Amino acid sequence: MRGQAPAQASLTVLSREGRRTVPLTISGDQDLVFLDDLASLFQLSVREDSLGALTVGYKGKTILMTPDQPIASIAGRLISLPAAPSRAGRRWLVPVEFVGRALALVYDARLDLRRASRLLVVGDLRVPRVTVRVENGDPTRVVIDASPRTGSTIAQENRAIAVRFEADALDLVVPGIQPGPELQAIRLQEPAALLLEPGPRFGAFRASTQPLETATRLTIDLQSAPGPAPTGPPAATAAAPPPAAAAPAPDRPLPAALPAAGQGTLVLDPGHGGDDDGVRGAAGTREKDLALAVARRVKAAVEARLGIRVVLTRDDDRAVPLETRAAIANNNKADLFLSLHANASFRRTAAGASFFYASFEPEVEAAGAMRRSERVPTLGGGFREIELVSWDTAQLRYVARSADLARMLADEFRDRIPLSPHPVERAPIEVLRSANMPAVMVEMGYLSNDDQERLLADAGFQNTLVQAIYDAILRFRGAPPAGAQ
Amino acid sequence: MSRRYAVALFVVVAAAIAGGALAALWPRWSRAPKAGAVAAAAAAPPAASGRRIKARLFYVSQDGTRLTGVERDVPYGSGTVEQARQIIEAQIAPVAEPLVSPIPAGTRLRALFVSEQGEAYLDLSREVAAGHAGGSTDELLTVYALVDALTANLPAVKSVQLLVDGGQVETLAGHVDLRSPLAGNPAWVE
Repeated sequence: MRGQAPAQASLTVLSREGRRTVPLTISGDQDLVFLDDLASLFQLSVREDSLGALTVGYKGKTILMTPDQPIASIAGRLISLPAAPSRAGRRWLVPVEFVGRALALVYDARLDLRRASRLLVVGDLRVPRVTVRVENGDPTRVVIDASPRTGSTIAQENRAIAVRFEADALDLVVPGIQPGPELQAIRLQEPAALLLEPGPRFGAFRASTQPLETATRLTIDLQSAPGPAPTGPPAATAAAPPPAAAAPAPDRPLPAALPAAGQGTLVLDPGHGGDDDGVRGAAGTREKDLALAVARRVKAAVEARLGIRVVLTRDDDRAVPLETRAAIANNNKADLFLSLHANASFRRTAAGASFFYASFEPEVEAAGAMRRSERVPTLGGGFREIELVSWDTAQLRYVARSADLARMLADEFRDRIPLSPHPVERAPIEVLRSANMPAVMVEMGYLSNDDQERLLADAGFQNTLVQAIYDAILRFRGAPPAGAQ
Repeated sequence: MSRRYAVALFVVVAAAIAGGALAALWPRWSRAPKAGAVAAAAAAPPAASGRRIKARLFYVSQDGTRLTGVERDVPYGSGTVEQARQIIEAQIAPVAEPLVSPIPAGTRLRALFVSEQGEAYLDLSREVAAGHAGGSTDELLTVYALVDALTANLPAVKSVQLLVDGGQVETLAGHVDLRSPLAGNPAWVE
C-alpha cells in the first residue's frame, strides 16, 4: 500500500488505529504538508506569534520555526529542513520531512517516514518495504524482495498464487506488468499479501526463498502447462465410493508455525483406474475408487491446512500409464510423491497398512553411486556442469529420504490404523523408480480381507487415514533432510 | 549380449522350438543359438529317468506377507536350463493345503532360457498376470517365488526376467518393475 501517484499526492499514515491519508502539495521536488493537518492528526498545538515565528507544541515540548528559514529548533537544537515553512492563505505548509526530522524527536511513538513511497508509519508496526520485479521468459519469474527480512508463505488459493507476509502492512510498489500467458496481474491484498493472478497457460509454480543481507528474496517461477492439464474436473464414477469434498476436521491442533508452509508441490497418485480396477474386495470395493477417494481427501486437507499445491495424477476413473504418473510428478517438480493403493494377499487373513520405497538391483545402485555429469556451454560463454539423471533410476538419489518418509508414515499410522507386520518395505516398485523426489507407495490395507474391506470403505476410517497421511507430510516437511543417497 | 538382444533372441528361439512345423519349413529358424551364448528349453514333460533332487520352493507364509521356503523333491534335469525348467514346473504346480501357492492358478511355463551372464528368461502364460488379485504384496510374492526358486537352487542363475506370452511386460499387476532381470531377494522369505 503505497501512496498515490503524484497527481493525487497524499501521505498515507499507518498506525494501530488504522490508515489515514493526509493531502500533500507538490512544489517543485518538495512534498509539502499542511501544518494544521498534522496538528489534528497528532494532537499538536500550533501558534504564530506577532513576529511570524511558528511554535508547534506537543505535551509540553515545542518545535520552533521561522517562515524564511529551512530550520527547526527543538530545545535549542537546530534541525535542517529541505524548505522553510510557507503560507498558503491562512494555512501553513511545511516540508513532509518535518515529520521525520522534527516531530519524531518530540512525539511519543516512533514515526518512520518513508519519503519515496509517501508513507508514514506510526508506532511499532511491521511494514517491510517490498519490491517486485517480473522477468518474462519461460518460466515467467517474479522476484520479490522484502526488507528488512520478513517471513512469508506462498500458497495457491483458487487459481491465484498468494504471497502472505508476516507483517502488518506492506510498503509496496506494485509494478505495472503486461498480461502474459503465465502471469496476468499482480495486486495487493490487504493487509499484507500479494496476489499473483495466473494467465491462461499457467500450469505450475515453484517458489524459493533466499535470505539476502538485509532482505528476504522470494523467487516464484510460473511455468506454462505442458499440454492438457494433468488434473481435470472430477468426473462422477458410478460405483465409486462418495468422493470426499471437504477437508476432514483436524484431530489435533496444528502447530503454530508450519515449516516451509505455503511452498512446494505434493503429487498424489491414486493407483490403477480405467480398465484396471486394481484389487476388488469381496463386497465389491474397488481399489481404484478407494485410492481416488482418499487422494481427494488428502488433497483437500493439505491444500486447506498446509496451503501447499497438490496435483493428482488422475482425478477421475481413467487409465494412466505408470511412466506418465511419475512424469506428472517430475514435470510438476514435486517435492513429494505419494502413490495410494490397497493391497491383496493370497491369504485372506493378511491385514494392515504398509509403506513401500523403491529398491534397485545391486549393480544399478553401484552405478548410481558414481554420478555422471556433463559439461555444457552456457549462453554467456563458458561451461557449466550438469548432472545427468536417468529417468528409470531418478529415485536413486532420494532413497534415503523416501525411507525416512515411509518410516514417518508408519509412525503416524501406528495406534490409529492397523499396520502390517512389515509396515516399511523396500521393493522394485515401478512408479516410484522414476520419481525425482522422495516417493512412497502407501498400501492402506488389504481389500482381500473382509474386515479390512469394511474398514477401508468407511468414510470415518478414511478420515483417520487422511489425518495420518497429513500428519506424516507435516512431519516430513519439518524434518531436516537426511541427505541424498 | 545386451539384455534387449537377449530377450529378442529368446522370443525367436522359443517361437522356433515351439513351432516344429514352422521350423521344418524354414530350417534357419530352428537352428540353436550360437554355442555358449544362450541355452533354451521349451516346456516339455518331466524327464522320464525318475531321478529326483531336493529343491527349495516358495509358498505364502502364514501371515500372507512373505514367502516361506519348503524343500521338495523335483525331477532331475540335465544341465542348468533343464533343471531350471523342472524347478519352475514344480513351483507353479498347484499345491495342497496347508501350503498356499503364490502363483495364480492356470499359469503355465511356455519356455525358459539362460544367458551366458546367468540371466534366466522365464516365459509364462498370461494367467500369471490375468489371474492376479492385484495387490503389491501378492504381486511381489509371485515374482520373488519364481525368481528365488531359480536363484536359490541354481548357482548359475544370477537373475531372472519374467516374460508373459513371449513378450516383455512392465508389471504383472501394476506395481513390480519387470522391465529388467531381478536378482534373488531373500528379504521376501521369512
